[in-house]
Amino acid sequence: MIKKLDRLRKFEMLRTLAAVGLALAIAFILILLTSEQPIQAIRAFALGPISKFRYFGNVIELMIPLLFTGLAVSVMFSANQFNLISEGAFFVGALGSSWIATNFLLPAGIHPVVGILVAGMIGAVVAVIPALLKLKWNADVLVSSLMLNYILMFLGFYFLNYHLRDPNAGDMASFKFPASAKLLRILPGTRVHIGLIVAILAVILVYLLMFKTRWGYEIRMVGKNESFARYSGMNVFRVIVVSQMVGGFLAGLGGGIEMLGMYTRFKYKTLPGFGWDGVIVAILAKNNPALVPVGAFFLAYLRIGADIMSRSTDVSSQLVGIIQGVVIILVAAEHFMSKRKNRIIYEESMADLSAAKEAK
Amino acid sequence: MGKEVLAMKGITKVYPNGIVANKDISFSIDEGEIHALVGENGAGKSTLMKILFGLEKAQEGKVFLREQEVIFTNPQHAIEHGVGMVHQHFMLVPSLTVAENMVLGVEPKKGLRFDTKTAEEQTANLSKQYSFEVDPAAKVSDISVGTKQKVEILKALFRGAKILILDEPTAVLTPQETKELFKQLKFLKEKGHTIIFISHKLNEVKELCDRLTVMRRGTTIGTYQVSEVSEEDISRLMVGRDVILKVNKKPVAPGKNILNVKGITYVNEFGKNSLKNVSFNLREGEILGIAGVEGNGQREIVDLVTGLQKIQHGDVEIKGESIRGKSIRDIRDLGTSHVPEDRMVYGVAETESVKANVMSYKYSDSKYTNKVMQNSKEINALADRLVVDYLIKCNNADQPVKMLSGGNIQKVVVAREFFVEPDFIICDQPTRGIDVGAIEFIRKELVALREKGTAVLLNSADLNEVLELSDRLIVMHEGEIAAFFEDASKITEEELGLYMLGLKKQSAEEIGRAVQ
Repeated sequence: MIKKLDRLRKFEMLRTLAAVGLALAIAFILILLTSEQPIQAIRAFALGPISKFRYFGNVIELMIPLLFTGLAVSVMFSANQFNLISEGAFFVGALGSSWIATNFLLPAGIHPVVGILVAGMIGAVVAVIPALLKLKWNADVLVSSLMLNYILMFLGFYFLNYHLRDPNAGDMASFKFPASAKLLRILPGTRVHIGLIVAILAVILVYLLMFKTRWGYEIRMVGKNESFARYSGMNVFRVIVVSQMVGGFLAGLGGGIEMLGMYTRFKYKTLPGFGWDGVIVAILAKNNPALVPVGAFFLAYLRIGADIMSRSTDVSSQLVGIIQGVVIILVAAEHFMSKRKNRIIYEESMADLSAAKEAK
Repeated sequence: MGKEVLAMKGITKVYPNGIVANKDISFSIDEGEIHALVGENGAGKSTLMKILFGLEKAQEGKVFLREQEVIFTNPQHAIEHGVGMVHQHFMLVPSLTVAENMVLGVEPKKGLRFDTKTAEEQTANLSKQYSFEVDPAAKVSDISVGTKQKVEILKALFRGAKILILDEPTAVLTPQETKELFKQLKFLKEKGHTIIFISHKLNEVKELCDRLTVMRRGTTIGTYQVSEVSEEDISRLMVGRDVILKVNKKPVAPGKNILNVKGITYVNEFGKNSLKNVSFNLREGEILGIAGVEGNGQREIVDLVTGLQKIQHGDVEIKGESIRGKSIRDIRDLGTSHVPEDRMVYGVAETESVKANVMSYKYSDSKYTNKVMQNSKEINALADRLVVDYLIKCNNADQPVKMLSGGNIQKVVVAREFFVEPDFIICDQPTRGIDVGAIEFIRKELVALREKGTAVLLNSADLNEVLELSDRLIVMHEGEIAAFFEDASKITEEELGLYMLGLKKQSAEEIGRAVQ
């Protein structure tokens, strides 16, 4: 009885895998064409991250911020708002946690908690701006959030320069974080920190929020069909605002955790890019929080693999950009493999029709 | 009549959303005839013609042009083979002149420059040849609808069309323009062109066409000589409802007042006064029907009563409470249900499961959620129960709604809005475009609700339905109540038609009886 659903769902998974496979194939062809040492390059790329424990640690370290931004984007996109503020929210979150770390004296257990919570709250506040612009004046969320990211970046640098900057650091960077503010390292031999546990908790909580609570139900219904949500008596305005705040909170949280877990002082010179990566993760996960870890792991593995490859061979790590691009285009392109999908639908509809006839 | 010029055989088309638009259709036309393709909305006429014209691709079936198999993959291809189509919505560039539109894509050139003079000459010659009077130099934005249509037809002829598909060409024309169009189409026929005429205006089909093919629910019912069938015959073939669906209902026993509509007036976004001082009431256990030609204020009544639109003037009371300033949730919490006209826009989130769709009314009810978590046991039980009780044909309640047929999607909506046993329900075109089985089921359920004491406001363009189901009836014309009938079973369709078209209107006193 459940054959039809399963077939289509299986097909969707297959489609994503095919997109990934095709992208990797293109990458390997490019390596073969351009590299003097293609075999070593491919090996470093594909197997490098699992060749040493430390390298695998790097994959996990990179996964942590991607988990947060991936979740953030999933929630915001689920409400059908193409809000790209995750980048800016991550950035101001990182800055906010740096402010708490360097300007307040708190006990060791509490200091980082306050830091990352403040980071999350700042993220929530900035993420709601594009949504309000949209709801009040019908400003395109994609455009306004994109632009707002740069406004936040320069505001952040202003704040850094005048309030957090360590005059003795040669560069534009904040004062050093005190030991009390830093996150606990949990895996000896790597820099993996307790943020990983928070991230795993976040995945579980966001999954429960989206699929097991009425608020998640509201977000999904508003995202799938706003008219239907309104007709059903949902407060669409509130749902959109809250969903964007939740997303911004997660992105800001990620920024705070990344900063206090991986850095000794705030020294971003530009937007770090984890917010954009969150979009890739969310697209790979089809906005499903449960699949965000898969997407984050894939992307982190690619990045670290490419990094190892570029250090040990003559292929540059920019190759990853090509893989990413192809994967996203193919996953996002509705019509990739649509012939097969349509055939499945056609066959199922015909089977239904003949079954109905027999029943008569 | 000439020999067969075009044949479509065994055409089957399933849209990506799973809707089977054409089922094993065979259709053929003869050289030099005007062939009507008739059927209700959603019967599959347009899909069939789009397949012929290369706009859609069928999964199965073949097209033969003069006994040669052809496959049109795009309209350009069809045009090259002498098949032209005039769409319901004109495909002209308003800022260009008639001549410029005419030669679009096949422009005469003088060197690199566009040759306006030749284009205008060509247009003038063509219009003379077919006696379609158009001014080649006029801007399309300045010409009348009737003339635009002539330009569209000329455009197809200019590209060498021998077979013309006209998709409801008279829908936008005045009676005079229609008359002229028919004269010209007959002239085209004399010149040896073949015309496929899509319409559901039967008198036009009788007047203009030689043969007709009737479509119903994605299949062809048959092809007939126009001279051998009456309008009544055609209508019966189209609707397929020899059986008028009879509903057994007990005599009305109205209880206390549920809905009071008090002098509502509405000015729409275009500044049109679409509702003028409308008052009526509705009591427990009765069905009040709203009849009328679409666009005479019915839409506004429904939108105002459900809270989808804000009340401007007048007031609406549900169970004695004014709904002014109340949210849709507040109105629903007064015990109101609403079966919306457009189920795909308001009725469902189509990519979501049956379960997610049936719970949208009561998702915040304490039975289905505690403070934090939803009660999935109760929700699953509800969804499974509704699937069984409302005969929703689906694999299981987790199946996305868009995989169901139209009738079953409507049952999902009806299940959700009915199971709460509302005190007041608005049913807006509850059975539009669905199969007979589902229609019968929904009507029965509606009557069952009435017997339980629900007050029902029924808006339907299906006269048969309003007359059959309603206890009392109001007729809308141009935003006003044109007539009120205390007993809907005592009116004939003919009489109703006179009020709907504004040929008759009751006195203010008679209409005033709508408020009791």
